[in-house]
Amino acid sequence: MKMITAIIKPFKLDDVRQAVADVGIQGITVTEVKGFGRQRGHTELYRGAEYVVDFLPKAKIELAVDDAVLEQVIEAIANSARTGKIGDGKIFVTELTEAIRIRTGETGSEAV
Amino acid sequence: MEETTQIAAQVTELAYALDTFYFLVMGALVMWMAAGFTMLEAGLVRAKNTAEILTKNVGLYSIACIMYMLCGYTIMYPGDASNLFLQFGDGLLGRGDNAAADVIASGGDTYYSGLSDFFFQVVFVATAMSIVSGAVAERMKLWSFFAFAVVLTAFIYPIQGFWNWGGGFLSESFGYFDFAGSGTVHLCGAAAALAGVIVLGARKGKYGSKGEINAIPGCNLPLATLGTLILWLGWFGFNGGSELKVSDVAEANAVSLVFVNTNMAAAGGLVFALILSRFWFGKADLTMALNGALAGLVSITADPLSPSPIVATSIGAVGGLIVVASIVAFDKIRIDDPVGAISVHGTAGIWGVLAVLFTNSDATFMGQFVGVISIFAWAFLVSLIVWFALKAIMGIRVSEEDEYEGVDLSECGLEAYPEFTSAE
Repeated sequence: MKMITAIIKPFKLDDVRQAVADVGIQGITVTEVKGFGRQRGHTELYRGAEYVVDFLPKAKIELAVDDAVLEQVIEAIANSARTGKIGDGKIFVTELTEAIRIRTGETGSEAV
Repeated sequence: MEETTQIAAQVTELAYALDTFYFLVMGALVMWMAAGFTMLEAGLVRAKNTAEILTKNVGLYSIACIMYMLCGYTIMYPGDASNLFLQFGDGLLGRGDNAAADVIASGGDTYYSGLSDFFFQVVFVATAMSIVSGAVAERMKLWSFFAFAVVLTAFIYPIQGFWNWGGGFLSESFGYFDFAGSGTVHLCGAAAALAGVIVLGARKGKYGSKGEINAIPGCNLPLATLGTLILWLGWFGFNGGSELKVSDVAEANAVSLVFVNTNMAAAGGLVFALILSRFWFGKADLTMALNGALAGLVSITADPLSPSPIVATSIGAVGGLIVVASIVAFDKIRIDDPVGAISVHGTAGIWGVLAVLFTNSDATFMGQFVGVISIFAWAFLVSLIVWFALKAIMGIRVSEEDEYEGVDLSECGLEAYPEFTSAE
């Protein structure tokens, strides 16, 4: 099992949710986050004076998947979140040692 | 014959009643401008300073009313008083209003209640004082501000108001023309504010050591927008009421023109400030558009009766352009005015006084020029002295720590939004 953590542009969240649902994913966790990458922040003007927005708003989605569908899910996220412009975000994959469904007590791939 | 006289008397009384009614309703509209200033300022400061700016605004309005009754009105309109000092307190107001027989005997020359005049004037002085509160926002001690409010509304404003409207040298010797107070009200308030900001200094973090100018965005733009629209509404009373009379065809038409021109100038100011900020800064800065509408209103206030509506729109539009440039320029010289009050009321106020020259042949350059110089010099210099005195006696600035935590807590001991705010 793997844990996928993706940082995406907030306006792409609905597209990503649809795309992973289409490949059979049944649940994701979403958090509103702020941060910067190579895109860095950007400057805005307020009443003629500049101010720097260091941390841009992003959406962080987390989903646990079975190894069998990993590639498919990554592709779905990447394709649906991509705009081709700087700031599209990143996908991280980490090893997941266990998953337990609290209601039934199922574990492993049964539970994701 | 008897019957004709009776009807004539009744008509005179009715006209008196109508004009008084008009005066009072217009005054009530101007009173509502206090709400406009309050919301505008509450929107353009940071959340941690909101409760304090609200307190300042309701406080200054009430102080202005009391001080103007105690002595301001008497100083500004001494009339034919044989002994000025006998009229302090509410002496002038308490001696009774016009008697019906006198009104009829005047044949229409006495056409509104004396108290309605006081009411209309008292809300003007509050407007002048409101200008100061925005400019010194977020770092001034509450009680020093109130102390200044006492001096401005009791003496600084009434004395120069007398020069224009009370029969003083500006109107009598120089022919200074200022219909509803681009100079007398707005420039006066802005000059006092400028002096205050100079003595007070900028908000911490506004200007960096390497010359950078940092933006400190306001916390609630819906409130700022609501405040601007309330001021826009109140201005119909400010300018419309300054016609003083509505009860015949000529006056009713004049009042209508004043309403239309006031509205058009605001529209012109908003559109052109918005366009300029779009081309200058790359985006449509709402706060500049709001300031533009107010600058348009200030610009037309010196004479909303002479221009045609399209000329009024243009006067307002120029005001809108001037205010954006003025706000940026004041920032360059490190005059920190969080809401742009000095630019809206001062710079656009000067433009408004001078713009009278284009539309009103009765106005002279000399008159308008002397008006601007004397009002500014008086209000600025006396205010400067008062601010320095207050600084020496009680201090005018909160401590650096209190400023960081927000003056809501240090001055009022409460927060405007207790469940949401953090220090920044």
